Amino acid sequence: MAARDLHGKGPPWKEGFRIIGKAHPKSDGIEKATGQAIYADDIALPGMLHAKILRSPHAHARIRSIDATRALSLEGVQAVITGKDLPIPYGVIPWTPDEHALALEKVRFVGDEVAAVAAVDEDTANAALKRIQVDYEPLEAFLDPWEALRTPAPQIHAEIRGKPVEGNISKHVDLSFGDVERGFAEADVVLEDDYFFHGTTHTPIEPHCAVAQVSADGVLTLWSSTQITHYVQRALARVLELPESRIRVIQPCLGGAFGGKSDPFALEFVVSKLAFLTGRPVKCLWTREEVFYAHRGRHPMHMHYKTGARKDGRITAVDARILIDGGAYSSFGLVTAYYAGQLLTGPYDFPAYRFDSTRVFTNKPPCGPKRGHGSVQPRFAFEVQLDEIAERLGLDPIELRRRNFQGQDTSTVNGQRITSNGFLACLAEVERASRWKERRGKLPHGRGLGVAGSMYISGTNYPVYPNDMPQAGVQLKVDRSGLVTVFTGGNDIGQGSNSVCRYIVAEELGLDPLDVRVVAADTDLCPVDLGAYSSRVTFMVGNATIDACRKLRRQIVAAVVEAWGVVPERVAMGHGEVYDREDPSHRIPSREAFHLAETRFDTLGATGSYNTPKLGGDYRGGTIGASPAYSFTAHVVEATVDVETGRITVANCWIAHDCGRALNPMLVAGQIEGSAYMGIAEALLEVHDVNRFGLHAGPSLLDYRIPTSVDTPELHALIVESLDPEGPYGAKEAGEGPLHPSIPAISNAVFDAVGIRLRHLPFTPAKVLAALREASARPPAPKVARAPAKERR
Amino acid sequence: MGENPRMRLLRLRVNGDLHEVGAPDHWTLLEVLRYRLGLIGSKQGCDKGDCGACTVLQDGKPLLSCITLAALAEGHEVTTIEGLMPAHVARGGAGADPVQEAFDRCGALQCGFCQPGMMLSARALLNENPAPSRTEIRAALAGNLCRCTGYTQIVQAVELAIAEAAGVEPPRPAWSPDANPWKAAPPKTRPARTRSTRRAAEREEG
Repeated sequence: MAARDLHGKGPPWKEGFRIIGKAHPKSDGIEKATGQAIYADDIALPGMLHAKILRSPHAHARIRSIDATRALSLEGVQAVITGKDLPIPYGVIPWTPDEHALALEKVRFVGDEVAAVAAVDEDTANAALKRIQVDYEPLEAFLDPWEALRTPAPQIHAEIRGKPVEGNISKHVDLSFGDVERGFAEADVVLEDDYFFHGTTHTPIEPHCAVAQVSADGVLTLWSSTQITHYVQRALARVLELPESRIRVIQPCLGGAFGGKSDPFALEFVVSKLAFLTGRPVKCLWTREEVFYAHRGRHPMHMHYKTGARKDGRITAVDARILIDGGAYSSFGLVTAYYAGQLLTGPYDFPAYRFDSTRVFTNKPPCGPKRGHGSVQPRFAFEVQLDEIAERLGLDPIELRRRNFQGQDTSTVNGQRITSNGFLACLAEVERASRWKERRGKLPHGRGLGVAGSMYISGTNYPVYPNDMPQAGVQLKVDRSGLVTVFTGGNDIGQGSNSVCRYIVAEELGLDPLDVRVVAADTDLCPVDLGAYSSRVTFMVGNATIDACRKLRRQIVAAVVEAWGVVPERVAMGHGEVYDREDPSHRIPSREAFHLAETRFDTLGATGSYNTPKLGGDYRGGTIGASPAYSFTAHVVEATVDVETGRITVANCWIAHDCGRALNPMLVAGQIEGSAYMGIAEALLEVHDVNRFGLHAGPSLLDYRIPTSVDTPELHALIVESLDPEGPYGAKEAGEGPLHPSIPAISNAVFDAVGIRLRHLPFTPAKVLAALREASARPPAPKVARAPAKERR
Repeated sequence: MGENPRMRLLRLRVNGDLHEVGAPDHWTLLEVLRYRLGLIGSKQGCDKGDCGACTVLQDGKPLLSCITLAALAEGHEVTTIEGLMPAHVARGGAGADPVQEAFDRCGALQCGFCQPGMMLSARALLNENPAPSRTEIRAALAGNLCRCTGYTQIVQAVELAIAEAAGVEPPRPAWSPDANPWKAAPPKTRPARTRSTRRAAEREEG
C-alpha cells in the first residue's frame, strides 16, 4: 500500500502525541546495558563445531589444485570443503552473481576464500588450515583502477550471469539531463578540478559471525550478523539448492553494520554446508583481520567536476566524470555506479547535469555500500567546488547555497520527486549555532569555519529483486494480558528500528511502551521486510506498523462502541486505557477493550504493509535513486590547522538535519552524531588501502584509526522537522544523510583557516604542508573579504 | 582437543562467585569468561587489545581480558558487566547500576556491542572520581572504541550519572533546546556523598 493511500493527501498528523517525539529509552536498551543481549557469537549449541576459512595469499591467481588430505587426517577435524562443494554463484544484486562462497577456479584478491574446515574447536580448525595445500598459478593483478580500465586482459571476471564482461569494467553509466553545453556557455564562472576519495571501511565493533543448525528433517536455521535476513535466505536457497521454506534465517542482536553486513557473505554458506555435511551445529566467527578483508566499504573514487555559475551564484550546469575502484566483486556495484551521479541533484536546483561513472574491477577487497552509499564521495567533490565558486564570486558560502535551493514539492533535473525539504532551515540553524556571521573569515589565522550541505534517500523505490509485493510487512498479535507483540522482518542494527515499532504501536493503541514487544528479523516468524539498507527501515516498517495498528484499532473501537452504545468518535485510547472522550470518567483498561474485541470478532491480530509509490525518471536507471522522501543536512565545521605540523583538528561540528519528524529525538540525535563522527574520521584518520602486493595496509583496529573519545570533536545535533507527507508521522531518514557534509565542510573550513583547498582525501598533515608550501609560493587568489590574518600562535 | 594443549585448573573469583574451571593453558580471561563460565556479556571485537570491548574490572581497575591470560586473574576480584546490577542491588539500590541506567536513558546503547566494556570503564572512573570533568571522562573512555555514537551520548550518560548522584541538573543536549529531557528523572537511592556531591554541584553551576 502506498503511503499516499495510507495517510491521505497532505500531512494528516495530529499534534499532541503522547509517545512520538519524546526521548523514550530503546526497547532493547536495558538488556544491552546489563549484558543480557544475545549477539551471534553468544550463541552456543550442544555439539557445535567451529569453522575457519582458508584465504588466498595472492591478489590474482588460478587455482590448479587443492589437497586437503592432511587436514582431514588431523584429530578433531570433521569436514573440509572447497569451491566444488558450493559451485553456484551468488551476489546481492540478482543481475551480477559473481561471487562464490569458496573460490572455484580463481582467486581475485588477497583474502578471497578458498577452503573451509569444521573442527571441534577454533585452534584445531586453524591448525587444519595450515595443512591444506593449494597450488596457485599467479596472474597479473590490477591494484590501480586506471590500469584496470586501460587493460582488457587478464580479465578479473570473464563473464557474469552468462554475459561476457567488457575488459575489467564492472558497470558504466552515462546520463545527461538538460542542455549542459548551453549551461556552461551562460555561466560567468566555470570551475573544473580533480578530486579523490580514498577507500574507507565500516569497522563495526562486532566481527561477522554465523551459526548454522540443521534439523533431522532437513530444515536449516542460520543465525547471522546480517542486516539483510530476507536476501540471505534467498541466497542460501540458491546456493544450497534448497526450497526457501526449508531455510530459517534469524538476525540476533547486531553489533554494528553501517552497510558492512548487507551482502550475503561466505561464512553464511560455509557454516550451512558444513552443518549439512556433519549433522552438527557449526559456528564461524571472523577475526578482525578477516573483517577488513571482507570489506564492502566505501569505494575509492577519482572524480572530475566541472560546474558553471552566474554572477548571482545560480548554478547553470554540472558535468562529472567518475572512475570507481570496485575491488574484486560486484556487490552493490551496479547501484553504486548510478548513485554516484543520481544522488547529487539536491538540495540545489540546476538546469543541466551530466555524469559519466565507470566502476572497474581491481584485485582488492570488494567495495560495497557504506553509510551514504555511492553519494558521499561526489558530495565531497561538489561541495568543495561550490565553496570555491562562492569564493570566486565574492559570495558568502551559505548565501550561495541558499540562492540555489530547489524548494519543496518539486522535482530534480534527473526526474526525482522531492516532497518536503527543510534545507533552508538547516542552513539557518547551523549559521545561528556556529555564530557564522560574526566568526567566518574573522577567526585568527589557522582557525576557520566551513559549510556544506547534502541530501539523501529515505528508502529506495527499487527493490533488489524486481517484484510488486510490499517492501515492508508487519503483523500484530494481541494477548489477553494486554500485551501487543509486533512481528517485523525489519533488521534492527542498532539504529533502533524495533524501538520505533514499539513507539508507534504504543502511540496508536494508547499503550504503555513496556506493553509492546517486538519480534524482528526471523524469517519463520516475521513478515518480509527487505532489510536495513538505503535508510529504509524506519520509513517503511514505520508506515507498515501504522497501517496494521489502524486496522486493529478499528476492530477494538467497534467492539467498544457496541458495548458502550456510543458513536466511534467518542472512543479514545491513551495511558493504557480506553475512555469516552465526552465522559472521561467512563474508562476501562486497554486489556478489557481487547477482551471485548476478541469476544466480538475473533482472535485479535492485524497485518500492515508499505510499498513505495511508482517513482523515478522515465529512462534506464531512472528508478535508481528514486526515493519516497529525501532528507537534507547542513554542517558547519570549526577546524584548526597547525601550520607547523600540518595537523587538522576539528573542535566543533554543528549538524542540522531535516529528518521530517523526529519520532524519538534522542535516537535521531544519536544517528546524526554517529554519522558526523564517521565522516570526520574518513576525512582525517581512516585509510582502507592495500600495498603493492594487495595486502591490506593495516587490518587491525590499531592501524586503521577509528577515532577514540578524545579524537572526536564536540558534535552539536540540531533537528529540523519538515513533516513529510510520505513518512510515518512525517518522518524521514536520519542515519546516513548527516554523514555527507562532514567531509567537504572540513575542507572548506581549512580554506577559511589557512587559504588552501584540499581536494584529495584523506587530509593528512603531509598534504596540508604541501598545499601550504604551494600556496606561499604563488600570489593569493582573490577571496571574499577577510579580516587581516594574525600571526601564528 | 585436536592439538592436545596442556590444561590448567583455574580458581577465579568473578562477580563475587568463586569458580573452579579447567581450560587450556593459553586461554585468555575473555575465553574463560565466555566459553567456560557463560558470561557472554564481555565481547570480543578484535582479540588484540585494540578495541576495549572485552574490558572487565580487576580489583576495580579496567583490564583488557582478551590479552590477559586467564591464569593471571587468579587471586583477583574480577567484575564483568553481569556483575554490576547484582552489586548495585546488594548495596541497597534498585534495578541496574546507575551507569547502566544512564546509558539506556541517554540513548548511548545503539548496537550496544562495545558498551559492556565502556560502562565498566565508566564505572571504574566514577569509583575513583565521582565528579570528573568532561575531559577526564573522555580520557578515561579513550581505550574503548565505539563505532555508533560518536561518543556524545556516552559522555552525556556519564554526566547524567554524575549529576544524579550529586542531585544536580545534568547538562542539556543540543537536540533538546527547549527542555532538559533528563530533568524529571525519578530520584534514586544513593549513598550520601558530602564532599563529592558539593564538588559536582559546583562544577554544574560554574
